[in-house]
Amino acid sequence: MKKLKIGIFAFTSDEGCIMQILESLNSTFEELKDYLDIRHFRLLIPKKEMQKMDVAFIEGAISTKKDLELLKKIRENSKKIVAIGSCAINGVPSNMRNSFDEKTKSKIKSFLEKFEHFDTVEPIEKYIEVDEKINGCPISEENFIICLKKYIDEFGVKNA
Amino acid sequence: MSLVLKMHDFDLNIKNLSKIEGHATLKIKVRKDKVENVKLIVEENRRFFEEGIIGKNYQTIPQTVSRICGTCSVAHLTCASEAIERALKVDISRQTLVMRKLSLMGMNLRDHAMHLYFFVLPDILGKESVLDFNKEEHHFLREGFEMKAAGNLLTKLVGGRAIHPMFAQVGHFSKVPESSKIKETIEKLKKAREKCFDIMDIMESYESNFRRKTNYIAIADDNYTFLTGRIFDSKGWSVSEENVGNYLKEIVIPYSQGIGYELKNKEFLTGAIARMNINSNSLHQETRKDIRKYLRIFPTHDIYKNNLAQAIENLHCIDSSIEILESEEFKEEKKPDIKISESEGVGVVEAPRGLLYNRFKIDKNGRILKSKIVTPTAQNQIRMENDIRQLVEDNLDKSEEQIRILVEELIRSYDPCMTCASRFLKLKWI
Ligand code: SF4
Repeated sequence: MKKLKIGIFAFTSDEGCIMQILESLNSTFEELKDYLDIRHFRLLIPKKEMQKMDVAFIEGAISTKKDLELLKKIRENSKKIVAIGSCAINGVPSNMRNSFDEKTKSKIKSFLEKFEHFDTVEPIEKYIEVDEKINGCPISEENFIICLKKYIDEFGVKNA
Repeated sequence: MSLVLKMHDFDLNIKNLSKIEGHATLKIKVRKDKVENVKLIVEENRRFFEEGIIGKNYQTIPQTVSRICGTCSVAHLTCASEAIERALKVDISRQTLVMRKLSLMGMNLRDHAMHLYFFVLPDILGKESVLDFNKEEHHFLREGFEMKAAGNLLTKLVGGRAIHPMFAQVGHFSKVPESSKIKETIEKLKKAREKCFDIMDIMESYESNFRRKTNYIAIADDNYTFLTGRIFDSKGWSVSEENVGNYLKEIVIPYSQGIGYELKNKEFLTGAIARMNINSNSLHQETRKDIRKYLRIFPTHDIYKNNLAQAIENLHCIDSSIEILESEEFKEEKKPDIKISESEGVGVVEAPRGLLYNRFKIDKNGRILKSKIVTPTAQNQIRMENDIRQLVEDNLDKSEEQIRILVEELIRSYDPCMTCASRFLKLKWI
């Protein structure tokens, strides 16, 4: 049976949107499980080599070189990218340091350099093309399920 | 994960530990049968919350610090509200207090269920992930979701949603629970109650030979509320919430330049196992009645029993919240008056993973001048690394793969939260 190949990723964030995804599955997992091939979801599955995906759901903003490399890799390997939550969509609230005053900025500067943080924390769209966005801080459980079901239909999974 | 083997001369690296909250990497270096160092590296990108809230109006603080951590957001939000109310001498109503207790219990139920069923159970059943459970095991997944759903509904009933509940404000809740939803929540909780016992049985038999004595600390009151009471240690010493900060010492971890915490100059442990070791007498009477055989286990020094402690707390949260929901009449209340003044206040609550401490200094315009936030995972850091060190040394005769499994199980028993840790631990930046 054909399944929708998905991945769920978190960058600079509080994993609140990921928690909402896990919550949204409380009542829907039984119905949806046969249609889903969950390929990446660090919260539940040990890390493995990046695999091809139909849809990647991405939480969080981009603040380091490491983030960016992984983000690009996800884009290369996924047909669709869905940005989930305001951190991924516009950087807020994970980008607080962008607006720090000079004094605070200089205090954290050496730290940022040491760990290859970029000067600013940015939404994922600054670096890659995004196909869809689910707004909210956090996203709502309902909106995630609506989106997931849409892709299940779009990729012809149910009729296969 | 990579293993380079020589006779008791090896490096064990586990990249991106899975089935814990947040991102972390573990590095252990063994030379000549001695563990040279253990580095639990938090890989979460720091977001500078303590700096970020400086200069912000006090009213926005609880909802902002809620974003420190998705899964235990209710704890951060409640703790910050309490600190600000103490600073500004706001009297909160009994009903607000009751609603806070309910929302904390809902969060505990949801968060513990995630940890027990989705993170720990795969270890016990020898599976990589909860998604690999076979037909016979699949019911655990269903039960995990059911338990989580009950907790979710409870926090939602009070706060509007399970993660970052928006009705919770400084001094009050902006909405009261609807009676139709109260009924539904009670029903869900009652159904979830039936599922509590299987998982307790499993967690009871999940144990290790590993023991290291330590001191435990927890808030203890007569009703095991996660919110009110004095802070006790396992030797009976106690301190008020306001003064506990005087005894918590931030310390540098020499081999990792990190910051951890000591209580009265010694390592200690906080979390479900600490609460049960100190305060199991105050569990709900229905809970106590049904779990006598497990109560005998506490106090314990087996960290694996943190899992059993969480499973017991789930039953307690269910019993306590059912009692409250069946007896409480919720009604609209007037917001308390808040007068802004230059002030300072402390808040302490029990988050699912242990004691959470907030201290804020507020200026005469109601803006934050100084902030201090101490998360449970930061407090447990020293203890956790010392445990890993000892565990590895005790098991050098085992294969590296066996050692890796033991270490991962130990870490998961602690239930660390890297999302919380990253904001405040300098440790990660090795
Ligand atoms: S958008 Fe909000 S809830 Fe989602 S990850 Fe960011 S801070 Fe957390």
